[in-house]
Amino acid sequence: MRLALREALLSFRRAPMLSALSITTIAFSLFAFDLFGLVALNLRSALRQVESRVEIRAFVAEGTRADAASAAVGDVQSFPEVERVTLVSEAEALERARQELGEFEDVFDAGILPASIEVRLREGFRTPDQVREVAERLSKYDFIDDIRYGEEWVEKLYRLRTIATFVGLALGTTFALVSIIIIGSTIRMAVLARAPEIQVMRLVGATRGFIRAPFLIEGLVKGLLGGIIALGLSFVTYATLGRLVIQAEFFSVGHSLLGLLAGALIGFLGSAYSVDRHLRRVA
Amino acid sequence: MSAMVRFTRVTKQYPKGVTALDEVSFTLDRGEFTFLTGPSGAGKSSILKLIFVEERPTSGEVKVIGQSSVTLTPKKIPVLRRKLGVVFQDFRLLPDRTTAENIAFALEVTGAPPKRIDPKVMRVLEQVDLLAKADARPHELSGGEQQRVAIARALVNDPVLLLADEPTGNLDERSARSILDLLCEINRAGTAVLMATHDLDLVRATSFRTLELHHGRLVFDAGTMASGATAGVPGGSST
Repeated sequence: MRLALREALLSFRRAPMLSALSITTIAFSLFAFDLFGLVALNLRSALRQVESRVEIRAFVAEGTRADAASAAVGDVQSFPEVERVTLVSEAEALERARQELGEFEDVFDAGILPASIEVRLREGFRTPDQVREVAERLSKYDFIDDIRYGEEWVEKLYRLRTIATFVGLALGTTFALVSIIIIGSTIRMAVLARAPEIQVMRLVGATRGFIRAPFLIEGLVKGLLGGIIALGLSFVTYATLGRLVIQAEFFSVGHSLLGLLAGALIGFLGSAYSVDRHLRRVA
Repeated sequence: MSAMVRFTRVTKQYPKGVTALDEVSFTLDRGEFTFLTGPSGAGKSSILKLIFVEERPTSGEVKVIGQSSVTLTPKKIPVLRRKLGVVFQDFRLLPDRTTAENIAFALEVTGAPPKRIDPKVMRVLEQVDLLAKADARPHELSGGEQQRVAIARALVNDPVLLLADEPTGNLDERSARSILDLLCEINRAGTAVLMATHDLDLVRATSFRTLELHHGRLVFDAGTMASGATAGVPGGSST
């Protein structure tokens, strides 16, 4: 193991240009993937924010007793899909309208706006079907006059989300595959550069495990270094964009670590694959 | 003496129907010095490759130090190779390592205890008379010296058989002679040597057993004198 470690480090010292080149290549292909990830992440959180505004508003008929309405609010709160229910009284509705539409202040008169029950749904229960379902359940109370939930809008949003998910998956897979192919070929170059060493090792009776070990370590370290550089570049990009253009969201610590782990894993598996292929070809 | 290498009706065919060896049978004994001659493409290299299991026979059996090509698993190949030393026409030294490092490499990658590496390297360097060049890199050495390093590397694991594939092919006459002398010396110390060469002058300079190949067939096997004690006398010929 110590020898494998030494040989792996030696290969960086003996071929600094090639090592730097392959780390840079790995870094940039992971950087491209990271950038895509950032875009996807921010798009998703933007969509989620819009989605969180999906709301059902049920208008309460005039003259309904306050206790009947609040009993209904209690019931609705216990629906599994519901995140939050609020009862907006006539007075509150008027107050809100005055605030939101200040310039028409004098138009509003007491009693012009009905009381309403506002229902916000939990994440994951915001598909058009689910929204309609809850709305229908609400409409069964006889004191409910009218229900609005922006049917068309909800459906459009949902379609957008589906498209974004699919496009994201397809692009993400492509980016990942391209990085793996590029990383794989730089590793194959590293293996070929050391073909004479492998040949001597085989000749003098080194075991397969012994021959592979330095390459696996080398691949792991290169992948990890590439991942760190890529993450650093992504952060610089994110910070620059944040200052100049738009405040965005960055990867969480967990996601960042996962990215580094993926880089290391690609390096490791890429090396294993390349060395095995090489050994199979010469053996 | 027990046979160390036994070829039994060995045929080796390469893809596209090229037959490198055709029903070749012979044995090599412990401590024997044997020449393998014949024109290029006669199958000399194939025989060496079959012995150190770089290749497997198409049919027939190759038995080396008790291991049969029929039953040998890939896992056992490294173990077998540690008992063999191999040198080539092109030396195959690692250019970015010194003489001593090149030799030590063979011990390191076979898991030798680090403490025993240096003394062993020094011992073989002395044996090939290169102690003074221990820290030189291959490009600073002459061809003959590079081949000595390669031989030292092949010897450092104490092989019972040294395989040499045209070891003098890249050398001038004088260096070639000195390499042959070195191989004879190694043989006298008890290591069997199988040397493939098409340099008939070298072959004639000794009285060792000679196997001659032609178009993949063994056409000549003569001079089966016990080596070590009586052989190696320059100028002698037993044919």
